[in-house]
Amino acid sequence: MPEFEVVELPETDHVTAGETAPEFTRPLVGEEFWEDRALSAVVDGPTLLVFHPMDGAFQTTYVYNEIDDRGWADALPVYGVSISSPYEHKDLLAERGDGVRVFSDPSAEVIESYGVAHDVDGMAGITEARPAVFLLDDDRVVRYAWVGSEHPSFPDYDAVESAIDDLLE
Amino acid sequence: MTDPQITLYRLQACPYCERVVRTLDRLGLEYRSRYVEPMHSERNVVKRVSGARSVPAIVDRNTGVTMSESANIVEYLEGTYEDAGAAGGA
Repeated sequence: MPEFEVVELPETDHVTAGETAPEFTRPLVGEEFWEDRALSAVVDGPTLLVFHPMDGAFQTTYVYNEIDDRGWADALPVYGVSISSPYEHKDLLAERGDGVRVFSDPSAEVIESYGVAHDVDGMAGITEARPAVFLLDDDRVVRYAWVGSEHPSFPDYDAVESAIDDLLE
Repeated sequence: MTDPQITLYRLQACPYCERVVRTLDRLGLEYRSRYVEPMHSERNVVKRVSGARSVPAIVDRNTGVTMSESANIVEYLEGTYEDAGAAGGA
């Protein structure tokens, strides 16, 4: 293994367990079309919200591969969020993320409201989402939260899965 | 908040779709926009609801009508809602 430096991301005041997930409306992209949807309109039971870097970044690809492998979208509704456009989300969903729908937040305002923004070094003007996972209950209350603190970083998938299992019990 | 009764399947910057939008706006009708794929062959959702892959297409749950072709849609909307005032709710 070559040694490499993991970049620490700055501390962030992100949404945590016990808080109500901030409301937002953004284009929600499925395999066939997209339309503006409010988070409150789509949450009517346990729901997984996954923030991720731009579509096409390797972290994003890996996260969706893992979601697919673990079949999370069969267990509960799973929604992604990234700054990528609806057209890019459609391409992403054509390849992976079976059953997942993805919100498009190019301005990163939703991402910032969750405290999970990341100013990408060397890409002027681009603020994207760091990897982050929020598990919501019927009332949109966050029951489990994980936010990446290094670059790159990946969710603790086993911990997410056991939080999902606990909530669905 | 209830969802609008009219769903418009549209393509970004498609002049025929904008024509329908202008009519919806002029009549004060609430509608939900569903943007679809520019590639005609991939618009299966539109084919499923309307029988054709062309946009614009509308689904009006007030009346149970599904329709494509902008001229037909404009004529239908004007005929159904022109004199009824703002009938978006129902």
